[in-house]
Amino acid sequence: MENCQLSHLKALETEAIHIIREVAAEFRNPVMLYSIGKDSSVMVRLAEKAFYPGKVPFPLMHIDSKWKFREMIEFRDTYAKKYNWDLIVEYNKEAYEAGVGPFTHGSRVHTDLMKTQALLMALRKYKFDAAFGGARRDEEKSRAKERIFSFRNEFQQWDPKNQRPELWDIYNTRIHEGESIRVFPLSNWTELDVWQYIRQERIPIVPLYFAKERPVVEVNGNLIMVDDDRMPEELRRKAEMRKVRFRTLGCYPLTGAVESEADTIEKIIEEMMTTTRSERTTRVIDFDQEGSMEQKKREGYF
Amino acid sequence: MARNIEEFLAQDERKDLLRFLTAGSVDDGKSTLIGRLLYDSKKLYEDQLDALERDSKRCGNAGDHIDYALLCDGLKAEREQGITIDVAYRYFATNRRKFIIADTPGHEQYTRNMITGGSTANLAIILVDARTGVITQTRRHSYLVSLLGIRHIVLAVNKMDLVDYSEARFREIVGEYRAWIDSQQLDIPDLQCIPLSALEGDNVVERSARTPWYEGPSLLRHLETVPIDRDINLHDFRFPVQYVLRPDADFRGYSGKIASGIVRPGDPVVALPSGRTSHIARIVTYDGDLDEAFAPQSVTLTLEDEIDLSRGEMLVHPDRLPHVGHRFRAMMVWMDEHPLDRSKAFYLKHTTHTTRAHVEAIHHRVEINVGETVEADGMQLNEIALVSLTSDAPLIFDGYRENRQTGAFILIDPVTNFTSAVGMIVAPEAGKEVVGDAEPEQIVIDLSDSGIAPEHDAAISAFCRLLREKTGIEIECIRK
Repeated sequence: MENCQLSHLKALETEAIHIIREVAAEFRNPVMLYSIGKDSSVMVRLAEKAFYPGKVPFPLMHIDSKWKFREMIEFRDTYAKKYNWDLIVEYNKEAYEAGVGPFTHGSRVHTDLMKTQALLMALRKYKFDAAFGGARRDEEKSRAKERIFSFRNEFQQWDPKNQRPELWDIYNTRIHEGESIRVFPLSNWTELDVWQYIRQERIPIVPLYFAKERPVVEVNGNLIMVDDDRMPEELRRKAEMRKVRFRTLGCYPLTGAVESEADTIEKIIEEMMTTTRSERTTRVIDFDQEGSMEQKKREGYF
Repeated sequence: MARNIEEFLAQDERKDLLRFLTAGSVDDGKSTLIGRLLYDSKKLYEDQLDALERDSKRCGNAGDHIDYALLCDGLKAEREQGITIDVAYRYFATNRRKFIIADTPGHEQYTRNMITGGSTANLAIILVDARTGVITQTRRHSYLVSLLGIRHIVLAVNKMDLVDYSEARFREIVGEYRAWIDSQQLDIPDLQCIPLSALEGDNVVERSARTPWYEGPSLLRHLETVPIDRDINLHDFRFPVQYVLRPDADFRGYSGKIASGIVRPGDPVVALPSGRTSHIARIVTYDGDLDEAFAPQSVTLTLEDEIDLSRGEMLVHPDRLPHVGHRFRAMMVWMDEHPLDRSKAFYLKHTTHTTRAHVEAIHHRVEINVGETVEADGMQLNEIALVSLTSDAPLIFDGYRENRQTGAFILIDPVTNFTSAVGMIVAPEAGKEVVGDAEPEQIVIDLSDSGIAPEHDAAISAFCRLLREKTGIEIECIRK
């Protein structure tokens, strides 16, 4: 046999497609959580590949914290229309109307209400029994231990000590009423794999990933972009134009930029290969406390 | 490294992927070794190191060294206990390959996690402490690795610094290990023994000057070069239908991952268990139709004839048929805190097919610490036994030794939905051996010496199906 060995990207792609099809085949009401970030963009493309020439047989859902970068929302709406996605957008209406936001309530309260609780409410509202997430095991230590099919009890809680054994590619999809499974098709991808795949497949991503002159202000060592006038004026006054890009995307007040000249995917990859900071450090929420991501995951955060 | 990023990417996209398992007991320095591999292969980001220095001051236990183990022990609870408690996956790459590490615990009560981590591995690193040599856990891990069908083993004799890099000590351990493997007749086609010190870095990435008597490769060099392209079964085409794709009236495709073998348009295929035959029309993918596809590619196949197939059925090549039947023997590992209840009708998931199944008989249990088989009438957490199972719907299977993908299954508890057991099929249960007169008899006929040419196998299978429908007699035709 000559050449019957897949490249690592093809091997990861074939694994992810298999996972996505398995969910479509075995669950009544799955949903793909769409965060607008680069990993989500890859995941959506994999779903399109999985069902080609058919349409993706489940909806995408974006949990809007109402503090996302404006460019993210524009990107979402443009591509949802262009590719004819079945897109659901949900947010925590009650908290939003009460004026919850990171500047007034702090990152913990904001993240809990506008992200975690908003997600849990939406999952309950539509009675989704499986939800795809774009998380990767190399992102963070507690994720390194999570299964690809990760069981959640009726309270959406994850129990890291009582995970179902997961062998070969035979996934246990059985759940009781009210329980659900979170599914991570990109579990085995690294950040470099994601970038290489985006390059190879020419997958569109939000322009914020590319370096450009942007108005930023330094807050606790993080470069925060002035994206709208909800940022307190005393901060806005200190803003200056710097050439920056974002390694991850989220709520703009909680997502630090990095100074960079990388304005193409090749330059981003090059920067990454020689970089000194891993990607989650630009997410302010991780610094709340030691082991904070594990805590959030137990509570239902993705 | 390539001179520029374009060159780097062109080179990097051709790399393949090696998945490996690391097994060792708590004190063998496994986490240190992994930390060292990650660190020395320059994949550690600087801020992960920063966090490491912060954590080391609080609860590190490696003296003046950086505590590499802290890189691997993720969850809070286990950091407090100072032990790894579950399978953790790690990723790194070199210029030659990408690697996925399944880091699994060594102590007894978590055998199920090692089985979990090892099921997709191409290679296993089994660590021993040069001071203590081969111990019970080494034997247990080797048995499990062999059971899982992992073809490549590295015996990593660690902590050589603590035995003065003694060649005699290394040879003694290797000799003892090989003798034990032979005595147990473990199926380990490729064994590489390497003397190392994870803490000092000897023979991890570079060959060490402190072991001039060792002529083999460093651990990383071995991982980079061990050939794995022959490990997949490319002879027996097996395509379990995962998802039926019918976007419109004109298109009917069968989506799935090729479990084994190679497929091309025009190939004859048999659908099992129905026995209907057709030919492959197209191999459809988002990136265009393919002239050939092989395991483990995910594709969509269309057929020249309209035969109605559903999820759980399998397309195979008529010259190389799998077994089809309700009864088979398997090596089973019990994964559940609740012991086996033989009156339960478990869900059995095998390829893309789920049916109900009973454990009919427990032939013997394997006492892996001593390598003996013992009588047993039940199964508890972490126990391994040779069992006979009977399924409600027929399974389409091969022996696990011949085909990992179509020889593996899981048992799911019908009440808790927990994955209670995992199994590796040994062989179909021959009809004559089955005791109990209420059961339909299954007859296995070997067509090898029948004088019937293999191209008639599909027709024979179809006939057997009709016979089964009319008479209930189940005949399975095989070729040895």
